[in-house]
Formats: sequence, structure tokens, C-alpha cells
Amino acid sequence: MAAFLETTEITQDTLKEEIHRLIDAGYRLETMTCVDLDENNVDLLYHFTKDLQLVHLRMKQPKAENAPSISDVVFAAFLVENEIQDQFGLCFEGLVLNFSNFLYLEEEVATTPFCKYGITRKES
Amino acid sequence: MAKTVIPFGPQHPVLPEPIHLSLTVEDEIVTEAIPALGYVHRGLEKLCDIRDIHHMIQIVERVCGICSKIHAMCYCQGIEEMMGVEVPDRAQYLRVIWSELHRVHSHLLWLGLFADAFGFESLFYQFWRIRERVMDINEATTGNRVIVSVNVIGGVRRDLTPDQIRWILSELDIVERETRELESTILDDYTVRKRTVGKGMLTRDQALALGAVGPTLRGSGVKEDARQLGYAAFKDLDFEPIVEQDGDSYARNRVRFRETLQSINLVRQALRKLPEGEIATKVKGFPEGEHTSRVEQPRGELFYYFKADGTKHLDRLRIRTPTFANIPPLAAMLPGIELADVPVVVLSIDPCISCTER
Repeated sequence: MAAFLETTEITQDTLKEEIHRLIDAGYRLETMTCVDLDENNVDLLYHFTKDLQLVHLRMKQPKAENAPSISDVVFAAFLVENEIQDQFGLCFEGLVLNFSNFLYLEEEVATTPFCKYGITRKES
Repeated sequence: MAKTVIPFGPQHPVLPEPIHLSLTVEDEIVTEAIPALGYVHRGLEKLCDIRDIHHMIQIVERVCGICSKIHAMCYCQGIEEMMGVEVPDRAQYLRVIWSELHRVHSHLLWLGLFADAFGFESLFYQFWRIRERVMDINEATTGNRVIVSVNVIGGVRRDLTPDQIRWILSELDIVERETRELESTILDDYTVRKRTVGKGMLTRDQALALGAVGPTLRGSGVKEDARQLGYAAFKDLDFEPIVEQDGDSYARNRVRFRETLQSINLVRQALRKLPEGEIATKVKGFPEGEHTSRVEQPRGELFYYFKADGTKHLDRLRIRTPTFANIPPLAAMLPGIELADVPVVVLSIDPCISCTER
């Protein structure tokens, strides 16, 4: 028996629109999850909650491209986006408080510790 | 007025948590607080690559010692739901009993630390003295005081005897009586009020917008507690979230004090209703698919995300702990307060940084 997570598929183009729709409907950010898919892509999951009910957005994100930050709309996202930058080597564009890959990591660390398919960390 | 940047932490006499805050201060008033983490990151989520789903229980228990039982419950619950495992009723009640005992000792620990933060040493000792009785219950019923390790996928590994139940009930009477004896001090004392009332304000709208959880959220007037989801045996117990309206450090203090007494009551309810039967179901196979699991820790709502592919290892395990959610609200609480109040306000969210970094 396989468990199934009901998610709404979104793209970089529709991300902000979906976030605004959820915020307007009274939802708040529970957290985000980054899942390593293959050598080139990760899944970014956005978990929102309202009255303890969860909804999930799913965005496929190429590792080589910058992901749009939602921290300008949802400030609470800044910490988890910085964490994903450290662990998966992704870069978020427009992060309101950007630790530039050094939230947890030291400068001499050049790998992306949470990627099964490692990539070299790049400047954000 | 000249601005000064003052480093607060990662080591501080009243804050035994390795977080650093860069505080911009003008005339002794904090105008900006930038948090910095990274002192205790252990990469525990990543261990799911090399530890199987059963070994991961011991790993998640080490995300946080104080909430170890509740981490394990959240993890096991998620795996059980993915695999369609039916957990026996007695095990569900036992999970509630040990998790609420954890909440009692966590809140008593925090109440002591909070008293210590504003220099009330004798009150600190009193709360920690009472807490020892709960730690003794943990030790007598599980073999360990802090990391009790009673959860397994499918149930629990220990049972309670009728003698132990009677003893726990009598100990809880003492814990409740002695905690109530300190009520007027921790809630009404001049020093406590002077240091906490109106300090570290977080309005209801800010709490919601910034994603606050637990007593930090409920202290700002939001009636939300993951125990309302009715997981384990909570669906069968009389439970209403504790809410305070003022959104300051004092309100968060009141929530935790009242929750301590509420948890004692929940343990009593669960012990009195404890059904007979098995304490675990045998589990075969491995989970597959994606799932989430949530429970209420002493510090707030805990969130687990699982991705599994039917092998003995999880593909991805994501843990969002309550302090992780409460750091953005903390950054909003600090501007506007006096520098001297920073330790008290930081402690008012009950920070656990090793949880946050995992």
C-alpha cells in the first residue's frame, strides 16, 4: 500500500500567484521541503496550514537555475530557504535575509551535503 | 543616536542554547535582531540514507532529548499511516501518557529556566525539584529518565502494571500540589511581572503571519494545538487548547504554567481509561509513497515529511521542529525592547537550537 500526498503542481510562473491565493484565504506557511529527484532536478514542496488542515504545493526545480524566493511575501520562509541553499546547493533569488550558503556550513565546505546526486555549491 | 551592534550568544549565562543574535542597539533599545545558526548541526535527517526505518526511531529521539518521546511518536505514527498499520488502543493511550509526562517535565524545566533568566534562583530550584518526580516516573516505567525510547513502529515496547499506575497517580498528585503552590509566585510576583508583562510583544496577526507555533502562538490568542487533530488517544480525552490573549512574555509564561496542570490531568484521564490489550502490532514490509505527520511538542507543533520507495531506507525525511518555526517570530519580538530584556524574551519562546538545526 503506497501513501499518497495530495499536492497542487505549480511552476515558477504561478508560484507567487498561488502563495498569494493561499495567504488571502488565511493559510500560513508550515514549512518547505526540498527533495532530491535526480542529477538535474529537485522537488520544492510548500506546506501551508489553516485550522490544522494542510495543503501542499509542488514545484519541480532545476538545480542549475535560481529558484524564486517567497520570503518577500512570507517572511517566515527565509530560514528554510537558507537551509535548502546550504543543504542542496540551490540558490533562491530575492531572499530577504540571505546567509549566502553559510547558515549552517563553513566556508571550506564545497559540497551539497543533502544531495544524493552531488553538485558543486555555487555563489547565491 | 549612534548605532551599536552587540553580539548575543552563542554562549550566554542564562541561555544554554547555541544561537547567536546580532543586536543593533540605539540608546539601550534593540532596533534589529539578526539570528545566526550553525553551531550544532548534526545532519540527522540525512541519516535515513544509511539507517533503516526502525533504527531511525533512535535517531529522531536524539533530535531533542527533552521531546524525545514525542519525536518518536510523530515518526512512528507517520510510518504506521503509510503502511496501514493498526496500532492497538492500549499502545495509543500509553503513547499519550508518556508524551504528556514529557510535556510536564519540559514545561517544569522551562519554568525553572525562565525564573533563572530574571534572577529568581530559588524559584528555579523549586520547579526543578518538582520535575525530578516526573523524571523518576520516566526512569521507573521506561528505564531512562530523558530519552525513554518506548515507541516502536506498531506500538510501544513497555507496558504499565497496576502498581505502577497507582504510584504514578499518587506522584502526580504531589507534582500538581507542589506546582500549584508556586502559582502565585510565577504568575503574580512583582519581579516576574516587571520583567515579563509587555515584553516581547507578538500580536495575533504577527503570530499567524510569521508562522508561530505552540505556546508562542497560543500566548498571542490563537486557539490552535496539534492535539486537536486527535492523534494517538487524544480523540478520546477531554482536551481544550490553553490560550492567552496578551502576546507578551508573561502570556507565554501563563500558557506553559496552565499547560503543565492540563497535561497532569491528561495523564490521569489516560491512566483511568487505559484499555486492556496488546501494546504492539507486528509490522512487516516497508513504507512506500509520501506522507506527513504532525504532533504537539511542549514547544509547539512538530512536522515530519516522509518519502519512501518500499525499501528499508527512507528516500527523504524532513523534520520541522517548533523552534525552527518560532525563530522568525522571535526576530519580530526583539526590536523595541530594552537590551536587558533580551535574554528573558528569547527564553520566552523556549528555544531549542539543537532541535532547530537537527
